[in-house]
Amino acid sequence: MRKSILLGTLAVVGLGGGAASAATLDDVRAAGQIKCGVSTGLAGFSAPDANGVWQGFDVSVCRALGAAIFADPSKVQFVSTTGQTRFTALASGEVDVLARNTTWTLSRDADLKFTFVGVNYYDGQGFIVKKDLGVASARELDGATVCIQTGTTTELNLADFFRVNNMTYEPVPIETNAEALQQYLAGACDAYTTDASGLAASRATFADPENHIILPEIISKEPLGPLVRQGDDEWADIVRWSLNAMIAAEEYGITSANVDELAKGTTNPEINRLLGTEGNLGAMLRLDPAWARNIITMVGNYGEVFNSTIGEATPIGLARGLNAQWTQGGLQYSPPFR
Amino acid sequence: MAIFSDSTRGGFRLGMLIYDTRYRSLTIQVGFLFLAMAGAAWLVDNTVENLRALGKDFNYGFLGTRAGYDINQRFVAYSSDSTHGQALLVGLLNTLFLAAIACALATVVGVLAGIGRLSRNWIVARLMTVYIETFRNIPVLLWIIVMMAIMTEAMPAPSAFRGEDATASMILWDSVAITNRGVYIPEPLFTRGLGDLDIGVFLVSLDLVAVLIVGAAGIYAHLIITRHAEAVQNATGTRPATWWKSLAVLLLPLLALLWALGFHPGWPELKGFNFQGGIYMRNSLIAMWLALSVYTGAFIAEIVRAGILAVSRGQTEAARALGLRPGPTTRLVILPQALRVIIPPLISQYLNITKNTSLALAVGYMDLRSTLGGITLNQTGRELEAMMLMMLIYLVLSLIISAAMNLYNRSVRLKER
Amino acid sequence: MEESRFVRTEMLAPQAPPLGEIGWIRWLRDNLFSSWLNGALTLLAGAAVVWLAAGIGPWFANAVWNAGSLAECREILAGAEGACFAVIHDRWLQLLFGFYPDTLYWRPTLAFLLLFVALAPALFPAVPRRLLWFTAVYPGLAYLLLWGGTIWGPLVALAGVPVGVAAFLALRPALPLLAPAAGLVAPVLWWLLAAGPVAGLLAAALPWGLAPVGSAKFGGFMLSIIIGITGIAVSLPLGILLALGRKSDLFLVKTICVGFIEFIRGVPLITLLFTASLLLNYFLPPGTDFDIILRVVIMVTLFAAAYMAEVIRGGLAAIPRGQYEAADSLGLDYWKAMRLIVLPQALKVAIPGIVNTFIGLFKDTTLVVFIGLLDPIGLSTAIRANTDWNGIYWELFLFIGAMFFVFCFLMSRYSMHLERRLKTDHR
Repeated sequence: MRKSILLGTLAVVGLGGGAASAATLDDVRAAGQIKCGVSTGLAGFSAPDANGVWQGFDVSVCRALGAAIFADPSKVQFVSTTGQTRFTALASGEVDVLARNTTWTLSRDADLKFTFVGVNYYDGQGFIVKKDLGVASARELDGATVCIQTGTTTELNLADFFRVNNMTYEPVPIETNAEALQQYLAGACDAYTTDASGLAASRATFADPENHIILPEIISKEPLGPLVRQGDDEWADIVRWSLNAMIAAEEYGITSANVDELAKGTTNPEINRLLGTEGNLGAMLRLDPAWARNIITMVGNYGEVFNSTIGEATPIGLARGLNAQWTQGGLQYSPPFR
Repeated sequence: MAIFSDSTRGGFRLGMLIYDTRYRSLTIQVGFLFLAMAGAAWLVDNTVENLRALGKDFNYGFLGTRAGYDINQRFVAYSSDSTHGQALLVGLLNTLFLAAIACALATVVGVLAGIGRLSRNWIVARLMTVYIETFRNIPVLLWIIVMMAIMTEAMPAPSAFRGEDATASMILWDSVAITNRGVYIPEPLFTRGLGDLDIGVFLVSLDLVAVLIVGAAGIYAHLIITRHAEAVQNATGTRPATWWKSLAVLLLPLLALLWALGFHPGWPELKGFNFQGGIYMRNSLIAMWLALSVYTGAFIAEIVRAGILAVSRGQTEAARALGLRPGPTTRLVILPQALRVIIPPLISQYLNITKNTSLALAVGYMDLRSTLGGITLNQTGRELEAMMLMMLIYLVLSLIISAAMNLYNRSVRLKER
Repeated sequence: MEESRFVRTEMLAPQAPPLGEIGWIRWLRDNLFSSWLNGALTLLAGAAVVWLAAGIGPWFANAVWNAGSLAECREILAGAEGACFAVIHDRWLQLLFGFYPDTLYWRPTLAFLLLFVALAPALFPAVPRRLLWFTAVYPGLAYLLLWGGTIWGPLVALAGVPVGVAAFLALRPALPLLAPAAGLVAPVLWWLLAAGPVAGLLAAALPWGLAPVGSAKFGGFMLSIIIGITGIAVSLPLGILLALGRKSDLFLVKTICVGFIEFIRGVPLITLLFTASLLLNYFLPPGTDFDIILRVVIMVTLFAAAYMAEVIRGGLAAIPRGQYEAADSLGLDYWKAMRLIVLPQALKVAIPGIVNTFIGLFKDTTLVVFIGLLDPIGLSTAIRANTDWNGIYWELFLFIGAMFFVFCFLMSRYSMHLERRLKTDHR
């Protein structure tokens, strides 16, 4: 009898789970929370703290969505995904949005049927080596043992790089970043390759960061950004413009400190439209007029999030570089809010 | 016939399908089959519909496309230009190799530990108990990770072997290097080698084939010699000395062949970033090998212990009473009986090892699961095809292993008369 | 004449045995140095123990228990070799409960304690049989405690049982042979069609319940235990059915059962978990999206059921033919014979095997880390991704290993105890 009771209970749960339909926004509203796929753990980008609260740069994208839709950044359910399970989790509706340092490529966009809504971090694949190895360029790595994280684009880039430069190497594929670092630090590989941001983030946590160098070659373009399922443009728009709102806010100098001040009305119509005091941009997205204002108040603008999670003041210590505003010589550029 | 006419007297009624015991089993079976087929149809129908909704199709064409990734340990030629199908083959061979060496070592470890636990030596028996309990009660995944950590943390890096003030050195007269990237052992090289034979999928080393043929011939000759000696012993009562003949037929042709092929060992040497030359056993392989064998060894130890305890003391005493010495007692009386108890659970342990090789991804050993079910699946997005193919391969492997072991089991089983 | 005979009149005092034959020397001789080989083994084993202790000892002795991060630990150790158990101090609750809200820790704890009450009638023969009703409602109660939500979901689900019984009783007088089928079909219909709306209506009318907690917050040992216990509880009846099916005379039933058992036992658990995570969405109707933990539990249950079936088949094989024949001669039909005569004996024989299957299953729950669930090993990865604890290693695994060891070791001791207890009253 116990079996049937359990099955019954489970069946109720199963049916209660509901179905993923085309209108993701309605589903999200009905559920009262956004299901957001994140990495199981990457320092600075997504990791749970001692209280189990997820923190990090990628996590902030989801928090911004929570602020835009529910005016509450905690209304996000974080689902940890591995490099292998992430796409299925998104395709099957297990998550509504994937914010997990995922590289935007044509095949993922077209063949795997996803929509990348933008780029929240411009990255490139680099190498880290120990200083005493005496290597100054990735072209000197002929015959080296290289640690890579599997399930990513990095192993393909690596194969191409060594092939093009006519060099041999010994790949050591590893499942997680933490494991790969442990191997690299123990000297089981000469070099570790992954996104340069990840390398910098990891180096910051070493006991002796000064003894490791990140080689100057960046062997690939890795635009990392949030993605959603193809076929629900309304939901894609919400995610896209939530990200853009954070970027635009930094450009216009709106911060979590002065947003309330600016929301009373300014002479800049773009700021007014963004903060919802002018026009009806929120309604076009089927959101509250104060959606962008909530994002900035509760999560912060792009620069604030960057600085507090992975910026130079944090142990990760990443420079803005390509991720500076276009006005500062970077690539972060939001289309106009009008 | 009489019974049959009894029931047909009143003609066939529908109710008889349920109430008549002769038809009922048929009804139940048909009902069961119908349910099973309906379930299968439902699954297939759902799959077709889901695939259409996602705009995907179901085909194995991706196996013929360029893989684009490299694999470190490969028994057949493979590069990033090879196809996903070839990557699958490389992974499969890696799985089989790991399973084979892990089964062998697990058996050795298990037998030693099982006997050790029965030892009259207090400290040995206690140590073996601690070993068995510790390893049986902690998940194998944790052991794999820990073994890998021991390999990478406790062994010296190749750079420690370099320079005047090297902190590590090679062992066994500079022939074996144990580093945290793996173990380098000397390899056999042939200056006048016979080359390779291409049999389509991979190359077969003719040198190896020649050595195996000559070795097998030597063993066959040795068997003939002992059989002859036995015949002489049965006829005359004295056994002619055979050891020097056996030694000669076993070794001389082999040595001659090796000399003819120009055999010399290739020593591992530190060149550039890594050791070069020699056979390189990666630490992922060694970690998996040790973890699987030591973990499963603990289970096999219990099986062996139970098997030995299952042979009653009277058997030993009877053998002694017949005048058998301890050696032949074990070999002729205890072992054959203990094996009957040991073999069936041992088969399932071998199956477990084979299935547990799929955890290799945790340490980056490129087995079937890491190639086909890992990188290939990820790069092509063909999870349905890749997973189903992978399950099929594991299933076939398991069936082959259990069939082979069952054949062996049949040969040692008690022949009841 | 003087007697030349000598008769001792008083007994000599017994002499102390030679030093080598008593006390610890004798013990050493018997147990450690009985032969050259044994002596060598003893020395070798002793050297190994000393070497291990010397290697690991300082690491434990210097352990740091209070620090906020690995960097702080290193500072306190000041270059000395030592463990940094501060990470356990900082995160042990997370390793036990995952991200479960810390104000609600009493709920999983209570569910875990109540589990023993529910199991008591099965574990201890002295416990009154009346407690079985608690065992029957325990799954619903545990579900309510763990996931929260209204009390109506579990209640309505439990109501399926009376629905089935009612259908069975109502049909029995008219169609005695169809009644069992109806008893099975009616609850399924109830769960599939009626349960959802009824629970919804009741919840709207009487919103009683506990604060809901989503599956994404489940993790750590709690997750392992939930998956392990649910898997084993559900797989037991399934396994019995499969074992009976495998021994059945009906060719088709037997073929399908054998096929299922051999398929599940032939593939690694990890491929089944990947099926749960990657493929189940293909196999279910479009738009179905249900909880990943539930999907994992289903796959783990199927996996355990196949192994359970083999264990129970072993139990069935141990029952002498005479028992089957006795049941037949009493005129019992198949199900009655199984329920009253064969299964009670077979299950008793199979209990140690069942416990071993459970231990195996519990250990195998660590594989869910490969599909991104945060079991203890998955959490260790997440903890190491935190900038405070990046680089920590052995301490976490030591803790996780110790927890698993304690759990599994107690279980295996219990199974040995059961084996002994059942042996005495079986022979």
